[in-house]
Amino acid sequence: MIFEGTVFKFGRDVDTDVIIPARYLNTTDSQELAGHVMEDIDPGFVGKLKAGDIIVAEENFGCGSSREQAPVAIKAAGVSCVVAASFARIFYRNAINIGLPIMVCPEAAREAESGDLLRVDLDRGEVTNLTKQKVYQADRFPGFMQEIVAAGGLMEKVKEKINQRPGPV
Amino acid sequence: MEMTVTEKILARACGRDQVQAGEFVNARLDLALANDITAPLAIKEFEAAGAGNVWDPERVVLVCDHFVPNKDIKSAEQAKLVRDFARRQGLTNFYDVGRMGIEHVILPEKGLVVPGDVVIGADSHTCTYGALGAFATGVGSTDLAAGMITGEVWLRVPETIRFNLEGTPGKYVSGKDYILYIIGQIGVDGALYSAMEFAGGAMRELSMDGRFTMCNMAIEAGAKNGIVEPDAVTETYCRGRGRRQPVLLASDAGARYSRVIDIDVGGIGPQVAKPHLPSNAVPAGDLAGLKVDQVVIGSCTNGRIEDLRMAAEVMKGRKVSPDVRTIVIPGSQDVYRQAMHEGLIDIFIVAEAAVSTPTCGPCLGGHMGILAAGERAVSTTNRNFVGRMGHVDSEVYLAGPYVAAATAVAGKITDPSGL
Repeated sequence: MIFEGTVFKFGRDVDTDVIIPARYLNTTDSQELAGHVMEDIDPGFVGKLKAGDIIVAEENFGCGSSREQAPVAIKAAGVSCVVAASFARIFYRNAINIGLPIMVCPEAAREAESGDLLRVDLDRGEVTNLTKQKVYQADRFPGFMQEIVAAGGLMEKVKEKINQRPGPV
Repeated sequence: MEMTVTEKILARACGRDQVQAGEFVNARLDLALANDITAPLAIKEFEAAGAGNVWDPERVVLVCDHFVPNKDIKSAEQAKLVRDFARRQGLTNFYDVGRMGIEHVILPEKGLVVPGDVVIGADSHTCTYGALGAFATGVGSTDLAAGMITGEVWLRVPETIRFNLEGTPGKYVSGKDYILYIIGQIGVDGALYSAMEFAGGAMRELSMDGRFTMCNMAIEAGAKNGIVEPDAVTETYCRGRGRRQPVLLASDAGARYSRVIDIDVGGIGPQVAKPHLPSNAVPAGDLAGLKVDQVVIGSCTNGRIEDLRMAAEVMKGRKVSPDVRTIVIPGSQDVYRQAMHEGLIDIFIVAEAAVSTPTCGPCLGGHMGILAAGERAVSTTNRNFVGRMGHVDSEVYLAGPYVAAATAVAGKITDPSGL
């Protein structure tokens, strides 16, 4: 999978409370959540975002709460991919489980600026900053996680198990 | 090969003699937990997968604690979805208004988690149960849905950072001060993907409630789990509570640690973490005189009986400042009742603090104490992120119950020893 989009750059320790504030967690509707994504860190974010754009952040993106509504809102808003120097662990799992493409690439994350055009090649583990004309090698997902991604998310793997259960389910 | 307590628990849960940090394993679950914010998404996934029934109706625990008693129609609709699911599935451990408490207070209290367990919860503070010598970690709703169906979870065995806490704490220093100090030292991603193992003489002396507070905030350093090796304190706590036989495991002398950090608790005074990260910890005295509008005492971090005793010790015979809205939230019905029997509730009400039914409420800016623009709170909760307790321009300072109570009385941030 290859994504190309404009960078929205954030700093370090972007927490899930600013990605989707708890006051909006009284719904699971992904479109409604998407309307408020990043609201408390960049109030104009949703208005500026075009489908396919890319969030780039420094260390520890998605720290804090386990709310899966955070990656759900990012994905539903039309963000194609999140590139960060590192991710908080629950956000990382959630992103993989729901099929939000993410990539760990510290150098690309540090050097990218808002407005840059970025190309992310998930299969090759490569990030290209087209504006700065620079190519970066990203960390590959461990094999165990590649299986989940390849299956189309965690629940697809679980469904395989359900189908193997004896008798009616 | 020598193993840490975390490795031993995970090895046991995947039926192996040993596992090593860095390996991926499928672990059998002893318990899977969700709340009224995270369960609705998990239930959607569960039903979309066509799973039918949960893997074990005694081991899937649902607690409505975040936005209940329901704060608005949408929250009521979400909680109803959880209530209906719990009834349909015949879950024996479903906790709602009147029987409810904050999830991480009631699960240990009711003996649902025992030492040696593997627990996942769709709530980041699930790591609290590490205080019992269990492996417990927060996950998202999809992981939880998978766990509810299969009774398993995939995990990467974490590296362990060992914290050796030695020495004797000063007066007005509690587990909250230890953990704020530690996060201040290592940063909000200082233990990313790792286990934080709290050990040493000062931990052996620390009460169960203090241990829960410390493990609760392991996530605020990015950790996968916090853990304390079970000892006599753990066994006393578990006696008469546990529904299953505890498995008491300890780290081997030669176990491998990614880092060992020695701490003299004698050098830690009452701490306060400034906005907007839990790692911004400073001695409370450094902020003395900063006026506050609200004080919150409660939450999964500090809503247990010992926490209320600390707050009451400071508030007894005093009134809270007329400029400070002070909100005390016992973490469970049992804590509430115990506090009532001990006369603590009376102390709070005479001091002119509000006492609420258990709820996560203001901690995450849900209800029961939302801040306006420009307002400042001192809170015994766990996060002080931008907008966490209300308006994006409000501020949360994190502290333990002693500092919070002293601040409520003085109307400004106060080290209790100076009150």
